Amino acid sequence: MVLRTTAVRLSALYFLLFLICALVLVFYISGLTSRILTDQTQELVHEELELLGRAYRTGGITLLISHIDRRSRQPGANLYIIAAPNGQVIAGNVESIQAGVLDKQGWTETPFTYGRFTQTPDTPIHTALAEVILLPNGMRLLVGRDLKEPTQFRSLVRGSLALALGMMVAGALVIWFFLGRRALRRIERMSRASEKILAGDLSQRLPIQGSNDEFDRLSESLNAIMARIESLNEGLRQVSDNIAHDLKTPLTRLRNRAEAAMASGEDVEDFRTALEQMVEESDQLIRTFNALLMISRVEAGSSAAEMGRLDLSQIARDVAELYDPVAEEAGVTVSTEIEDGVEIEGNRELIGQALSNLVDNAIKYSAHRKPEARVAISLETGEDTAVLAVADNGSGIPEDDRAEVVKRFVRLDKSRNLAGNGLGLSLVEAIMSLHRGRLEFSAADPDAEKWPGLRARMIFRR
Amino acid sequence: MSVQPVSCALSKFILERGALDGAPMKILIVEDDLEAAAYLTKALNEAGMVTDHASDGDIGFYMATENSYDVMVIDRMLPKRDGLSIVSALRERSIDTPVLILSALGQVDDRVTGLRAGGDDYLPKPYSFSELLARVEVLGRRKGTRDNDTVYRVGELELDRLAHEVHREGHKILLQPREFRLLEYLMKHAGQVVTRTMLLENVWDYHFDPQTNVIDVHISRLRSKIERDFDTPLLHTVRGAGYILKAES
Repeated sequence: MVLRTTAVRLSALYFLLFLICALVLVFYISGLTSRILTDQTQELVHEELELLGRAYRTGGITLLISHIDRRSRQPGANLYIIAAPNGQVIAGNVESIQAGVLDKQGWTETPFTYGRFTQTPDTPIHTALAEVILLPNGMRLLVGRDLKEPTQFRSLVRGSLALALGMMVAGALVIWFFLGRRALRRIERMSRASEKILAGDLSQRLPIQGSNDEFDRLSESLNAIMARIESLNEGLRQVSDNIAHDLKTPLTRLRNRAEAAMASGEDVEDFRTALEQMVEESDQLIRTFNALLMISRVEAGSSAAEMGRLDLSQIARDVAELYDPVAEEAGVTVSTEIEDGVEIEGNRELIGQALSNLVDNAIKYSAHRKPEARVAISLETGEDTAVLAVADNGSGIPEDDRAEVVKRFVRLDKSRNLAGNGLGLSLVEAIMSLHRGRLEFSAADPDAEKWPGLRARMIFRR
Repeated sequence: MSVQPVSCALSKFILERGALDGAPMKILIVEDDLEAAAYLTKALNEAGMVTDHASDGDIGFYMATENSYDVMVIDRMLPKRDGLSIVSALRERSIDTPVLILSALGQVDDRVTGLRAGGDDYLPKPYSFSELLARVEVLGRRKGTRDNDTVYRVGELELDRLAHEVHREGHKILLQPREFRLLEYLMKHAGQVVTRTMLLENVWDYHFDPQTNVIDVHISRLRSKIERDFDTPLLHTVRGAGYILKAES
């Protein structure tokens, strides 16, 4: 089973590649060194031959033989042979030589074996390279060099490279064993945790070791996904509970009204009034459903809404103007401070809807303070933001409840007696996240004890 | 399945609107939901219109090309051929009968795609019937449009579109720019019911749900300006539907 894991397969593949590279390297380096050494040998031999040739030309065969005799006695001397035209060895330091070497002039292409006078019978056979020239009197002169040194050097290079390679392989195996196995064990732990999650325990999280490596980062992002799923799931459950609860109330009311009309209605006019009220209530229900649908469409993401360049200042002025008579009727003074020509990417309808929800709320929740009730609509730009804010001087939202009010159907106790479906701020929140902006609440006047008011800020990126 | 009775708001709507002048409007309904189609047919007939019904896209397209209608009401999701492709095919053949697109699709920009395909108006389901009827009437009357008139007149009320002035019985009435546009739209469709959403769409150019009765307050402001010093009311509220501007008959 272990052999089938990705880690093992990858390790094997890398090991093979590494081995091939290393072998190529060994052969290349050793081949290169032996060629360099051979070249050197050839050069030395050639120089010596030229020297001896000069000696022959000045002193004839006698001087040549005495030269060779002297040179032969030096330690580590080259090989020398002077042979008669019939091939018989006349002088030199070589006792025996591979047959045929002397027959050819020039370089011996391949190493040949030979034996020296000085060596004892049990010494191994030597190999050498040599050059043969034909002297003018028909004799042959051979100068050669033993290959013991280059051969030794080459095997030394090969040996050390092989040793290094072996150590690397051993090291890699050890490292793989410790690191690879450790990684495998962590993956194993992660898959066990995900099996539990799959089994339905959404509160399970993947283990995090704290080393901040890629496993930890993977676990962290998977955990973040899990947390998101859990909260969405929780939200969904809450929403369906709330929908069931909040829609039951108006439906019951609708039903009761119909029942009451049937029981007590006398003439057509009574029925007509009852029916008209029922139509109005159904319309209200439809609006609630529309708002719910709108929120989920907006939450479904940017693919659902067309984005374009829009004039935020114009939207702010439009909505302010749209709500001005309503505010005036409610005894609320609306003031505006709108920066001109602020443009962002977005959906005009949705932003208009969001702002109108906020203005509607601000008027609704400050109206009881008339004639002191005030609502301020402002638009200003920061370095890379555009902030569209609506502030009122009503009773505000306690800090602890501010995260709550954007949830669907959440209505604070003190607002229960006012019209509304508890979806307005949820929609604003959804619209802001569609625009990759955010909705923030703060007290409009934090120092005021009784009437802190509320400032809702829609913060857009520019 | 029984056909639902037309709502009382609607009958009042028909009552308020008064008799239609001239030949009845001819409407093509392309809708695959037979119950909805039957309801629509009954209600439009009660409103004095003549209707044809097609139950799928192919028949709908055939009828739209063969006969001539004043308005077509086309559902967006239809068997065989979807509503938007019918509309664009009609426009390619230079048939520019006004089309009202109905849709239950759940997208934010349905309206935009619907209008882009060549639709003249768009109504999301579920719609209230008075909303649909008001829109069909406005579309149907568009042919004899008053777009080119420079002065609109309703009774003694006069609106000069070039001079941006409003007079009633010779007295000048001062209006804010938005009030002027509101009155202009109402006068352009004088004698027709216009709904709150139609006003928001055409006067403010927004299509969202304004939560509270914002439009009503604008209307009552306008009403007080054009009616305060005069005896006869001109701007009437149609319960459950919207408003109608007409001289008392």
